[in-house]
Amino acid sequence: MANVYETVIGLEVHVELATQTKIFCGCSTAFGGAPNTHTCPVCTGMPGTLPVLNRQVVEHAIAVGLATNCSIAAHCRFDRKNYFYPDNPQNYQISQLYQPICRDGYVEIDVQTPEGDRRDAAETDNRKRVRIHEIHMEEDAGKLIHDGESGRSLVDYNRAGVPLIEIVSEPDMRSAEEVIAYLEKLRTTIQYLGASDCKLQEGSMRADVNLSVREVGVQTLGTRTEMKNLNSFHAIRNAIAGERERQIRLLEAGEQVVQETRRWDDAKGVSYSMRSKEDAQDYRYFPEPDLAPLHIDDTWIAQIRARQPELREARMERYQRTYALPMYDIRLLTDSKQLSDLFEETVACGAQPKKVSNWLMGEALRLLRERDMDPEEICFTPEHLAALIGLVEQKEITNTVAKEVFAVMFTQGVDPRRYVEENGLKTLQDADALRRVAAQVLADNPQSVADYRNGKEKAISFLVGQTMKAMKGQADPLKVREILQSML
Amino acid sequence: MDILQYTAVELAECIRHRKIGTVEALEAVWQRIDAEEAKWNCYITVEREKALKRAATLQRRIEAGEQIGPFAGVPFAVKDNLCTKGIRTTCGSRMLEQFVPTYSAAAVERLEAAGAVIIGKTNMDEFAMGSTTETSYFGVTHNPCDPACVPGGSSGGSAAAVAAGECFAALGTDTGGSVRQPASHCGVVGLKPTYGTVSRYGLVSYASSMDQIGPLGRDVRDCAAILDVIAGRDDRDATSVDRGEQTGFKAALRQDVEGMRIGVPADYFTEGLQPGVRKAVQDAAEVFRANGAVVEYFDLGLTQYVVPAYYTIAAAEASSNLERFDGIKYGYRAQDIGTLHALYQKTRSEGFGAEVKRRILLGTFVLSTGYYDAYYLKAQRVRTRIRRAFDEAFANYDVLLGPVAPTTAPRLGESLSDPLQMYLQDIYTISANLTGMPAISVPCGTDEKGLPVGLQLMGDRLAEGTLLRAAYTYEQAVKTERERNVSDKERG
Repeated sequence: MANVYETVIGLEVHVELATQTKIFCGCSTAFGGAPNTHTCPVCTGMPGTLPVLNRQVVEHAIAVGLATNCSIAAHCRFDRKNYFYPDNPQNYQISQLYQPICRDGYVEIDVQTPEGDRRDAAETDNRKRVRIHEIHMEEDAGKLIHDGESGRSLVDYNRAGVPLIEIVSEPDMRSAEEVIAYLEKLRTTIQYLGASDCKLQEGSMRADVNLSVREVGVQTLGTRTEMKNLNSFHAIRNAIAGERERQIRLLEAGEQVVQETRRWDDAKGVSYSMRSKEDAQDYRYFPEPDLAPLHIDDTWIAQIRARQPELREARMERYQRTYALPMYDIRLLTDSKQLSDLFEETVACGAQPKKVSNWLMGEALRLLRERDMDPEEICFTPEHLAALIGLVEQKEITNTVAKEVFAVMFTQGVDPRRYVEENGLKTLQDADALRRVAAQVLADNPQSVADYRNGKEKAISFLVGQTMKAMKGQADPLKVREILQSML
Repeated sequence: MDILQYTAVELAECIRHRKIGTVEALEAVWQRIDAEEAKWNCYITVEREKALKRAATLQRRIEAGEQIGPFAGVPFAVKDNLCTKGIRTTCGSRMLEQFVPTYSAAAVERLEAAGAVIIGKTNMDEFAMGSTTETSYFGVTHNPCDPACVPGGSSGGSAAAVAAGECFAALGTDTGGSVRQPASHCGVVGLKPTYGTVSRYGLVSYASSMDQIGPLGRDVRDCAAILDVIAGRDDRDATSVDRGEQTGFKAALRQDVEGMRIGVPADYFTEGLQPGVRKAVQDAAEVFRANGAVVEYFDLGLTQYVVPAYYTIAAAEASSNLERFDGIKYGYRAQDIGTLHALYQKTRSEGFGAEVKRRILLGTFVLSTGYYDAYYLKAQRVRTRIRRAFDEAFANYDVLLGPVAPTTAPRLGESLSDPLQMYLQDIYTISANLTGMPAISVPCGTDEKGLPVGLQLMGDRLAEGTLLRAAYTYEQAVKTERERNVSDKERG
């Protein structure tokens, strides 16, 4: 008889903060410089150098803490996590263990059909609360490059000292869907705050999954494993399914789950043990003596709270109130702050909201997907999109032409008015010219003409299409139909 | 008169008034170094060419009428754990034998901005761990007062160089007494400022929460004047303090202790204190009394916990601070290694000396899971208690007075055989580091063997003004022969 298991999941999410400079020195955090060009004596751990805390890092951490309903510590401090590895220039990482900056928060996620037991987390209707244990600040490590040919390992310290926050959840999630909903929630919240771009693929958001299973109804937690190297939602979903299965298989066979860190290989769909609890290093955490304790007073918190931008939920409500858009549109638009900013700016230029929404959700998202681009890479301006919509509305161009123009705007950011002008794309208004083309189409398609006359109403659509084609789309299809009808 | 008889402040005055040239002053030091350095081994590195070039440039600028700074043209020595751009900085260790920093310590920058000419890097206990300068990879330094004795440590090279006339003044660093104790053993003045007064940027860390840079000089005025130059808030050191108007230490020197309340911890005069030291220090207390101060013996308490608390915390911080020396990025790297682990192991086994390894092991132990609470945390709690005891003392007294060390300079080879005994010698100096308060060592005569004894005065945090006034008053009251001669001639 098979037991029924539930999956218990907690996440440790690392988010790279969007600061200009590193957490403890003035070096640039920009991505992709030549190796060791964004470095200085401080972030390469040279003797005698000292860390100085970047205030912006603290402000971002507080902003994320406030947005995730955490309490902000009046006093916090940094600790050293000691371990030897060449990507770690000092051989200790400055992090926070004993007094993290944010504690005891939560986010609410929308959950699909309830599955399994959820007594741990407060829940109303289809909303679920995932509690956040803490958020702490820390520095990123450098990168090792293993050169297979020479057998050498090289170190690039450009990333060393890039600021991170680690958001540690309670084990409140029960499925991959909930995990992804939670990550999506964190991602949009942090993006709206401007605290990070949160790109999983580029590593600016990284999630470690702590997972255990237990028989439904059991109150105590099972032995958990931690999975690393999950750099897409796809990988997270697979890893959760794989690890759940692996643990259940062990338990069903009467074996025990070993507390360990495992590395997920998404290509092969299996995980490997990295190190067990017994091999776990003793990090010898102790308070960082080079940094004074950090005092965060209420005034500072209030200032950050006052500066807090509108978050996604508030924006969704406002869109419902102000623009009367369907919920489907609102979700899609606000999923990306960039896209929804673009939406609002275009509407502010006088375009009709639903039309703007249609362009962004339709053509814009389609082209983004096609080119594997992110909304922030969009190069056309809201003015130009509004102008394009205006051209269609005033029947200066047809929809077909508009899509063509949009594609050019999308890649080259051209002014649609000028582009239409310069390429002669305006809808032909000259009825005589239209009649001449229509006459030619009728002459070329006697069969369709006959069909129509024999009562096949649909045949006219074909003739309209042919005329439009001959006009290179620069005609109003309604007008074409009208003319054809009159001529038949 | 002999140029080498001048204090740093006096020499600066002469150079400013063009009575002595910068190159001339430098050459006087070179002559002394040529004649005696082989005997003392004060320096790890001597920078003749750079120093000569700089002295010549400074001379031209002085002659052009430029105002350079209070120490324009004065030859200084710098302890070898303070980074000097373009000059190797070894920390007395094989690990950094070839390490040449691309940056200078903030204190060095400030000293150079004041016109100082840095002539070399002085010998020290490896990574400042030791009280004798015998743990240096670059050989022992001999005490100029008696070559059979150690100069003290860890800033033994700086103290010996000042005492031997191989520089006019020097920078040292003091984590548990490393400026004051060698000053005491070599018969010069050594000042440890309030923690945070001098930026630690560019000081290779031993115990971050206690490390502080301080001057060693011929007299109190030199030390005050040097502190004026090197003190100051630095954005590169998060523990550096902005003391605002609280500078001008040299200007605060007045011969006046009338009504000053001086506390003498009775706990400091128990067994283990060498009789000659006891007598010299008690005599010094009487000098204060004679000059109008109120001198009282009192029970400070907690004295027996000072050494264990210090060695627990210092070793813990050191074990982490020294992790960066791994053979990967700079410094010594062991040869013929197969794996990363072997690289670490062999590099650190070969690159560090015995005392450094002992403290790294001790520090690693006290921070380990299961021991952190029992050792590290407990030591931090003791530190808080000690700080409180001193806060209470300073509620009653302006300055505390006592010995710097229980004995005068030990003979070479005597100390390292029994490290615990060596650690116990730090009992009087360590409290200033645990609490952050300033303290100064001033010569107060000699013991039965004719070796110099140091008087330690401790001030409340940020109260260097009072501390220096007390030290200056004492020094003036018992002026040594040499100083009288120099100043008489100068004024005459």
